[in-house]
Order: sequence, then structure tokens, then C-alpha cells
Amino acid sequence: MLSRTAANLYWIGRHMERAEFTARLVEATIRLTALGDHAEGDQAWKSALSVVGAGRAFRASGDSFSAASVRRYLTLAEGNPSSIRSCLTTARDNARAARTALTVEVWEAINRAWLLIRDRTKPGGVPATLNLVEGLRAEIRGFEGALTRMLRSEGNWLMSLGSVIERGDNTARLLDVKYYLLLPPGQTVGGALDRDQWSTLLQIVSARTAYRHIYGGAPRPWRVADFLIFRGEMPRSLVASADEAVTLLSALAARSGRQGQADRLARKRLDRIQAIDISKVVQDGLHEWLHAYIRENAAIDQAIARQFRFG
Amino acid sequence: MPRREIDLAEAGLSGIVGRMAKATAFDELWGASRDRTPRADFEPVAAWLADLTPAELVRRQQAAEAAFRSLGITFAVYGDEEAAERIIPFDIIPRIFTAREWASLSAGLEQRVHAINLFIDDVYGARKILADGVLPADIVLGNAQYCIPVAGARPPHGVYAHICGIDLVRTGPDEFWVLEDNVRTPSGVSYMLENREAMLRLCPELFDALPVVPVDSYPELLRDTLQSVAPKPGSGACCVLLTPGHYNSAFYEHGFLADNMGIELVEGSDLEVDDDVVWMRTIGGRVRVDVIYRRIDDAYLDPLFFRPDSALGVPGLMAAYLAGNVSLANAPGTGIADDKAIYSYMPEIVRYYTGDAPKLPNVETWRCREPEALKYVLDNLDTLVVKLVDGSGGYGMLVGPAATREELAEFRAVLKAAPASYIAQPTLALSTVPTFTEAGIAPRHVDFRPFVLTGADGVKIVPGGLTRVALREGSLVVNSSQGGGTKDSFVLADPES
Repeated sequence: MLSRTAANLYWIGRHMERAEFTARLVEATIRLTALGDHAEGDQAWKSALSVVGAGRAFRASGDSFSAASVRRYLTLAEGNPSSIRSCLTTARDNARAARTALTVEVWEAINRAWLLIRDRTKPGGVPATLNLVEGLRAEIRGFEGALTRMLRSEGNWLMSLGSVIERGDNTARLLDVKYYLLLPPGQTVGGALDRDQWSTLLQIVSARTAYRHIYGGAPRPWRVADFLIFRGEMPRSLVASADEAVTLLSALAARSGRQGQADRLARKRLDRIQAIDISKVVQDGLHEWLHAYIRENAAIDQAIARQFRFG
Repeated sequence: MPRREIDLAEAGLSGIVGRMAKATAFDELWGASRDRTPRADFEPVAAWLADLTPAELVRRQQAAEAAFRSLGITFAVYGDEEAAERIIPFDIIPRIFTAREWASLSAGLEQRVHAINLFIDDVYGARKILADGVLPADIVLGNAQYCIPVAGARPPHGVYAHICGIDLVRTGPDEFWVLEDNVRTPSGVSYMLENREAMLRLCPELFDALPVVPVDSYPELLRDTLQSVAPKPGSGACCVLLTPGHYNSAFYEHGFLADNMGIELVEGSDLEVDDDVVWMRTIGGRVRVDVIYRRIDDAYLDPLFFRPDSALGVPGLMAAYLAGNVSLANAPGTGIADDKAIYSYMPEIVRYYTGDAPKLPNVETWRCREPEALKYVLDNLDTLVVKLVDGSGGYGMLVGPAATREELAEFRAVLKAAPASYIAQPTLALSTVPTFTEAGIAPRHVDFRPFVLTGADGVKIVPGGLTRVALREGSLVVNSSQGGGTKDSFVLADPES
């Protein structure tokens, strides 16, 4: 397979995953703001910007801050490379370039998602935004479905690899931001507001019900952290992303007959996560640990690009 | 002047626009009959056509369009906000060649393409044809299409034009004419293959009624052709298809062909040249490339050699080619054989290299550089089509029958000032084929582009090609931008064999 095609596929995976994550973030933030008062609503949208690392870029864009303007920025802004529109446009451009490496189903799913958002100029009110976001999530689920029906070979593995690398990054950022920003000074852990926010966080990773099944009862911060970091049965947990990255890289290595730096880094990361638990992480500082994870994830991303010669 | 990759919109018959009385045209199904009696051998088609109810025709026509759209067969650049994805209209009534017609056509094509390759080999080599005075030296050596740097560099087996698209028109039962030789990067072959797929799905009963020869071996033949001209003989040659990228109007075809040949579709950035060897970057390391089927024009192939601003090509590619380490299909410099001034000498060229009379005639052409021809052209300007020898896409052209008195006078002055830049041809009464139109089934003018492959072991032609049809009544313009469409082209098997 051409290195350029490998890059196209990998970035399709990353951008489709990011588009979906942002869609869920917008959906969950709308829900959260519906529960609280106005000031908390602003706080929630600021936090949403931080989760996708777009706080500074938003301020630089010159838009005045409001729930509506952040909604627009996250969904439709062309100047925001992580907006849902930008992600889907980039994914589709990559898909066009690698069209021959995709199945008709995969191509159509990406194209349909893009068509849905291409002509939108305004996100509209809250109900309209929710409609848009729901529609997009349905199309992106179609993409994931098409992926599972694709031939199990390099093309599939590279797209999936892009997805899990992006997913690990998203989950880690989400945890980090919520842990810090969603607890205003003086608010004790376990209060009503706190509960709303943690359950919102679970909604973003589509795991509210799953959490109840595993832990029972209302979300507790350390349990949510445990859930999103250490539970392998939770597909968006950090350990699941780390594990899947190792599996996909091994599959690629088995095909090409050689391993590289990306394989080594991914295995090292998985070993490290599996060797500790949540109490150790909280003791050492969750924030520091999450940042180390994000850096490690970025290092694996770069190693992948070098290993498959598109870096 | 470098010509952009031709797409259907400009590849065509812009040369013979004219107002033709359709009554004079030969119809390929009905012949010259006015009451729509089919020609001999064509009764099954006429019966099929008569059996189709108008509603059924509409249904199939719509099914064809839906199929093409969902397959994404488009020739427009899409992805831009404003550019709607355009498909070329497809007409389900096929254009049909009998076994006898095809036998004589393919013999003529084989002869012509064989001569074209010998001609290119000669003008970049010994230049015997110039020494023998068959055509004036300045018309070759002074031609903008003559690629001086490749003179003396002979590609494997002396094959330069591996893929040729020869545009033919027809004016009567046995009257076929070559309108244009496309020997650079002819496109449109994916339509031949996809139109057939569509016909098999939409009108299977036609294939029961008629012994249609399949065309689906084209990708295989093309791949064999490419393999056969690798620098080192052997079956393991690595062939790739080099595309300008997905913004090119023919990108669909590039992907389609690469897929069907099972070779990589590469862009310039996927290739690198190291010590005059071409390599392709893959996830498993770099892989040596032996043959490049390039769908990029000469001018963009190598920024170190041709246009320095080209981002599409591969720096060092020409050095690798000249070193004999990679084969390019078609070879650089083939444009010398499809220049319009050279075209007018093609009958002499064919006779010179094959020793036989040309089996396929040229459209009669007056070279205005010759005083007698110029006088004839000036006297008959209102019946002729006049073209710039190095123009394309209808640029610098006069269509006599459609021109005003002022335009004629103006052009007369231009002609007298620079006669060597022009040729003139008569307007032809192109044949028609029954076509589905809003007003029912009616005759529409067509042309035909078969694809001729030349490899180490000679010329091969898949029995078929691209038929383009002018969908507007009386129009001779088959260009897709002006309401042109395509049809499947059936070649019937010889009942004797």
C-alpha cells in the first residue's frame, strides 16, 4: 500500500472519530446547560471549548462569547480545524484521494455525513442543533458499521488505528478538563451540581447506562475516572484504546513482517496502564498522569507516521 | 502548446460544427430508408426497439442514470461547493458494428497505429522520412510538439504510443474517416467498460438477441501491454498509473483503470527518483517502479525537465527515462504524431512505413501553406471548417457554414497573413443512430473512439470503443458540455467463426 494512501486512511479514522466526539460534546453540553442557570451555562461552554483544546483559538477568532457562538464554532466554523464541518470535510477529502482503497459503503457513509453539514450556514437554535448533531452521529455510526464489514486488511486497520489514537486523546482531555474545571471553588464533591456534571461526562462518551451497570448508583468522580481509564470493557476507556492500538499495530506488523517504534511505544503504554490502578493515579496526581498519557499518545501518533512513511 | 488532459468536454468534434440537413445523413440502424426499415443484419435490434414501450424506455433510461450516479461516474471536478456532480448522459440504444464492418475498421486502425509508432520512432531517430522528402522537415522539426530532448532515446521495442484513441466518423455504409489521432493521453475508455456494464444490467435481452463481443478484457490487455514494454523483460515488472490527482476531471477513470488492472494509482509525490531509478513509497518501504502509465501531460512530467512550476510531476523522472530505467506510456514526445499539420500527411506516412495504401482515409484536408490549397480554401470558405494547426478545443477556428459575412471576410484576411498556421476540412454529414429523446426515438449524430494498444508483440484492439452522441436535433457537436452523451458500442461476432 502506498504511504500516501496509508496517511489518507489514518486521517479518515482520526477525523471521523473527532467529528463524532465533538458532536457528542455539543449534545451533552446542551443537556448540561439545560439543567443549570445562565452563569453555569457559560461555564459549561467554556469547558467544552477547553476539552477540544480550542479556547485560545476561539478567542482569537474574534467571535464574542455566547452559548450560540460557541455552538456555531464547534459545529460549523470553517476557521476551526476541529469543528464538525472541518473534520468531515477533511475526512471526505482524504476519502476522495484514497477512494480506491475504500469500500462503496465506507465512502458513502463519509460522503453522506459531509453532505448533511456541507450547506449548513447556521446551527440554528438549540433544537435545530440537536437535530443536526443527532443526524451526524447516525451517519458516523454508519461509517463505523461499514468499517466492520470491510475486508480485514491494512486499509481497515489503518482507519481503525486513526480512530483509537484519536479516541484515547479525546477521552484523556475530557477527563482532565472536567476534573479541573467542573468543580467550582467551594463546591464539595458529591453535590447536586457535581452529579449533573459527571453524568454529563458519561453521556459524552455514551456510557451513562454502562456506568450504572458496572458500579450502580450515581456517578462518583473517582469511579468515573476508574471507569474511563481502567475498565477494558468500556470501549472509550484509555486502557481499551491502548489495547486496541497494540492489536491493530500487531495485525499490520504481521502483514508486513516487521515491527517498529510505534509497536514498542504502544506496548509500553499498555503495560504501564495495566500495572497500576485508580488509587495510585489519584495519589500521583490525575492531571499529571493524564497529561503524560496525552503526550505518549502524540508520540505514538508520530511514530506511526514515521513507521508507515507518511510523517 | 501543452494541452491539458483531454476530457470528453473538449476531446471532440469541435471541428465539424455545422448546420447539416439531417435528411442527408446515413443512419446506422435505418440506413437511408425514410420509413425506418432496418438495414440487413439489424432486424433484431429494430424488433427490440419496437417492443420497448415508451414507459419502459423512460424507466430504463432513469435506471441507467441512477446507476451511474451511485457509482460516482462523473467527469466533473466535484468537492467544490458550486460544482454539481455531473454525469454524462447515457443513451440505452446501442450503436452497432457488424463483424464485417469491425474487421475492416480494426485492420485500418492497426495499420494506422503501427505507422504512427514507426513514424515517431523515425523522427526521433534516423529521420529517414524527412530525408526522403515525404513531408517537409520544418513541419516536424520546427513543430512545437517535437520534443528535442528525447531525440535519440529509443524506448523498449521502439513503442512510443502504447495507447491511442483514434476518433472516427462515418458518412455512409462503408465510409469511415479518421477525424483525429489522439496519441498523448487519450481518455474515455472507462465509458466503454461502464456503458457495457450498464447495458448488461438494463437490457439483458439484447445480448440474447445479438452475438455481442465482450470488451471486459481491456484492463487485462492494457496491463499486458504495459508489462511487455518494461525496461527489463519478465513478468514481474512493477507498473503504476500516475494521475494528476483527484481534482483532475478524469480522476474517476484513473482510479477505475488502476483498480481493474490491480496496479497502484500514484501521484507525483508518491514517487521519487534516486540515482536515475524510480521508486514508489509504500508502507513496507520503497518499491522499484518499471513502467508508468502516466495520465499527466508531457509538460508536467518532470519539473527539472519541462515546466519548472509543475507540482504534479516527479523531479528526475525524465533522467530515469532517458537512462532507460523506466518506461513511460505513452512516451514523451508522441504529440508530434497528433498535431493537425502532421495529420494532413497521415496517408503519406501510412504508405511510407507500411508500403500499402491506407485502409482508413483521412477527412479531406487542405493545407493552407500550399498556394493551390489556400486558393481553394479562400474560394470556398463558406462551406469549410478551418482550424489552427496547433489549436485545440475550438480555439482559432472558423466554421464556414455557420459564419456571418463579416466573420468570413475577417478570417480571409487572417488566412492570407499566416496561411501555414491553418488547415481546412469539409463539413461532413455524420452518421446517426436512433436515440431516446424527449420527442421519442429519433436519429442523432455520433462519432466513435476505439482504443488501440501497442506492446512488444504488436497492436491489439478491444472490439468496442466510446460512441459519443449529439443529443440535440441536427447538432454535430458531441461534446458533453453542449448536450453530448454516450452510447454503448456493440461489435457483433462473426457468425461464421
